[in-house]
Amino acid sequence: MKHVKSFILVCGGTGCRASESALIADDFRNMVRQLAIEDQTAVISVGCFGFCEKGPIVKIIPDNTFYTNVSRADVEEILKEHIIMGRPVHRLLYENPETHEKISDSKHMDFYRKQKRIALRNCGFIDPENINDYIARRGYEALGTVLSKYTPAETIDIIKRSGLRGRGGGGFPTGLKWEFASKSVSNEKYVVCNADEGDPGAFMDRSILEGDPNSIIEAMAICGYSIGASRGLVYIRAEYPLAVHRLEVAISQAREYGLLGDAIFGTDFSFDIEIRYGAGAFVCGEETALIHSMEGHRGEPTVKPPFPAVKGYMGKPTNVNNVETFANVPVIILNGPEWFSSIGTERSKGTKVFALAGKINNVGLIEVPMGTTLREVIYEIGGGIKNGKKFKAVQTGGPSGGCLTEEHLDIPIDFDNLLAAGSMMGSGGMIVMDEDDCMVSVAKFYLEFIVEESCGKCVPCRIGNRRLYEMLDKITKGKGTEEDLEYIENLSKVIKDTALCGLGQTSPNPVLSTLEHFRDEYLAHVRDKTCPAGKCRALMHYVIDPEKCVGCTACARACPAEAITGERKQKHEIDQNKCIKCGACYEKCKFSAINIA
Amino acid sequence: MKKIELSDCDLKVISDICAKYEKKESELINILHKIQSHFGYLPEEVQRAVASELDIPVARVYGVVTFYSFFTMQPKGKYAVSVCLGTACYVRGAEAVVAALEKELGIKVGGVTDDGLFSLDCLRCVGACGLAPVMMVGEKVYGRVTPEQVGHILDEYRRNS
Repeated sequence: MKHVKSFILVCGGTGCRASESALIADDFRNMVRQLAIEDQTAVISVGCFGFCEKGPIVKIIPDNTFYTNVSRADVEEILKEHIIMGRPVHRLLYENPETHEKISDSKHMDFYRKQKRIALRNCGFIDPENINDYIARRGYEALGTVLSKYTPAETIDIIKRSGLRGRGGGGFPTGLKWEFASKSVSNEKYVVCNADEGDPGAFMDRSILEGDPNSIIEAMAICGYSIGASRGLVYIRAEYPLAVHRLEVAISQAREYGLLGDAIFGTDFSFDIEIRYGAGAFVCGEETALIHSMEGHRGEPTVKPPFPAVKGYMGKPTNVNNVETFANVPVIILNGPEWFSSIGTERSKGTKVFALAGKINNVGLIEVPMGTTLREVIYEIGGGIKNGKKFKAVQTGGPSGGCLTEEHLDIPIDFDNLLAAGSMMGSGGMIVMDEDDCMVSVAKFYLEFIVEESCGKCVPCRIGNRRLYEMLDKITKGKGTEEDLEYIENLSKVIKDTALCGLGQTSPNPVLSTLEHFRDEYLAHVRDKTCPAGKCRALMHYVIDPEKCVGCTACARACPAEAITGERKQKHEIDQNKCIKCGACYEKCKFSAINIA
Repeated sequence: MKKIELSDCDLKVISDICAKYEKKESELINILHKIQSHFGYLPEEVQRAVASELDIPVARVYGVVTFYSFFTMQPKGKYAVSVCLGTACYVRGAEAVVAALEKELGIKVGGVTDDGLFSLDCLRCVGACGLAPVMMVGEKVYGRVTPEQVGHILDEYRRNS
């Protein structure tokens, strides 16, 4: 009989797979066979560990050794040294950037110390393509408990008492939502999982589906039982092939085990799940748009009411929850609502997963209790700003959120605090920016996204956002005026008040928040025609430092606009009126004689 | 746009896919996914064939195809190059990578090179934010790309074709 002594867990999340982690896992399997240690060693591809910055990650259990930046060349050494000889490979251990001390167990790393993993509890622990792994970690026990011990109303009550709020952006109380759907009378109802994660820079839902797909299936079944639905639909982006694959595998295994299908656990409750594919439209994260898309239509939102709980998919009562929301449900049932509500702040319970990215040292997927401060997230977990630069802003909530500044760093993160500060929780993207980022350009970047993704149904969003974009574009090109700023503010408020759906109503947030917190930067663009961060090309001036110029003529030859004059071995000069700011001279100069002013 | 002629074989593919979904209008998006993965794109003629199979107006099919960014009416290059323009990649310099690719390939975003070898697109977040900025050629992901590396990456594919 096989008696496994060591488990080699290789990260199989999208980030690490981009650095060949799938091949690393294959190499481990092949070499384990070659070394004839397959009876004692198991190689498992697991979901995301979260520490994407240091990927690919390999973890050895039971030693809890956490190897970072592993490459295919390291496989042999890990097996021969660590697995066979019991000597950890020192050079692959994480090094504390301050003390330079090597840390072998991830729980002692700053990145993990303040985290609390509830939604991500199984990511990085289990084989997502093996339902037995999930069951071994109390998987489907919550469904069994609910079916055998609780009535639907009692189950809803548990979720209500836990204080769980929707993790997709709005923060609506989940239990209340379930209750609405349960009270709608119909012969058919639907449970929908919203896995259309379109927020640029957010990948928590995908990581959960890739790392722990069974938790979503179990939670959807619990929801189905609670509201009286026997059919579930997962609406997932077609751009997430790995998540789709793992979900398909999980659904078919759950069917095989009788955890989906007719008469689950011998009760009269039946439930099954189908997958529906999105096709790349940000607006489909809005629940009415999502429902239309699942029906095969253009994903255009409709006015609420009627709410999906009354009239949703195919005109039937439908409950839509986001992936991360569902991922919390089984644990709440198992550990009780009091346990869950003991975590977090007064009005936001539990934890939140964030995709921490941008100019930060430790990019990755993190989960922290609500109430953790932005400072803790950015400086302790995130390890501070990259390359020792100065922190400037953190953007939360994606295209619907806003930019927060230094002064907000100590507010405890929860739904209400972020909203009060002029941003929002959103789905959990958290992008850190440093002194080199121009906030006007950032606002323009988000608006460009919105203009592209607006479905075009209502005028404020379709035309209003385009006008906003044009104004910002004008400002970044040095053609804006102070009156424009006022105009932008007014137009933004009109869009917020009059747009049809959540996308339009929140779309001016990045503009309004940057305008509020970084007004000086806007003023520099419109008054002085300069970009303090040096990002806006049209506002830059290239000048030649006469001290450093040796007159090699390289810049003059590279200039496509013939803006540079000067004789060989003489100081050169740039005619600012002719300069098109292409930067060709800057790249060509070997003497660093060209400066950007 | 150039007219194309669908062979009987092509039409059979379309009709088989529609039949697999019981010719249901509500399955339109799933049907289009399958057809696009077969043909590589969804030209007008294909959309007409789908409309007649499902017995719905062509405008209904066209409306869906043009609404979703995943569907395309243009054939892609042999190697589809795409640059992530998610926020994380944006703040780490993805725009400069796009500019370098445009220069290197001599096409704009959304275009295809004359030899049909490369097409260039932008996409929103592939979820490899730790490797930002990220570009993809087909399914292969390249992380921490600098504008200078772009030429070398493309050369690998030029050599292979």
